[in-house]
Amino acid sequence: MTTTSDRIEKQIVLRASPERVWRAIASAREFGSWFGVNLQDDFVPGATVRGAITIKGFENVAMTMLIERMEKERVFAFRWHPYAIEPNVDYSQEPTTLVEFRIEAVAEGTRLVVTESGFDQLPEGRRFKAFEMNSGGWTAQLANIERYVA
Amino acid sequence: MSRNLAATLRKGAPVFAALGDETRLRLIEKLSSGEALSIAQLTEGEPVTRQAITKHLEVLADAGLVKSSRRGRERIWELQPTRLADAHAYLDRISAQWDDSLERLRAFVED
Repeated sequence: MTTTSDRIEKQIVLRASPERVWRAIASAREFGSWFGVNLQDDFVPGATVRGAITIKGFENVAMTMLIERMEKERVFAFRWHPYAIEPNVDYSQEPTTLVEFRIEAVAEGTRLVVTESGFDQLPEGRRFKAFEMNSGGWTAQLANIERYVA
Repeated sequence: MSRNLAATLRKGAPVFAALGDETRLRLIEKLSSGEALSIAQLTEGEPVTRQAITKHLEVLADAGLVKSSRRGRERIWELQPTRLADAHAYLDRISAQWDDSLERLRAFVED
């Protein structure tokens, strides 16, 4: 659910131990396995880890993660360029968003909260094809605005 | 990979910055009825000056969210809904991608 224009926050309760969830996130090999990316190196704070996406439709798109913080079974944070999938664009000079995974033990297993923030700083002047709304018309647009400002 | 998807996934960066302010969000709300409003109408009920409201409207205009025109001697402002919908749609896309990723994580750890 989007709460503001600058960040996205997701929560999920997993029927697995915090230790299991931590391993799935903090091990580059395991992370890559479920996320869908072939990462070349391990996750270490301060490291730049590169890989190629394996998700259908995005095969071989390059992905770069700048590892910020790793607190075992508590926080895993990294920076990246969200959906940096345009082949001829050099994203390396642009601001990154911050992705934080926070782990908490709960009765059912583990609560994982994922936050991605920093969208407000994404660069101006980028021109892409206008997003074509499937349902055009003022009514549909107003409904979007209403949801957004509510 | 769909070129259309690639082109539409990143959109409206300045829009997010323009929306990151309470007063500007209220201006958007006031304009969301679709009616064009004057500075006087938009300043009504706001604890800031007309000048401040004008500056906020200029930020919104720079981001393509509102546009102004002349009605007689007055300048009136109205919403340009497409850009706001684009910004919303962009975050929705990222949000949906996270939903998918987290379901893959769930399948991975809950065996």
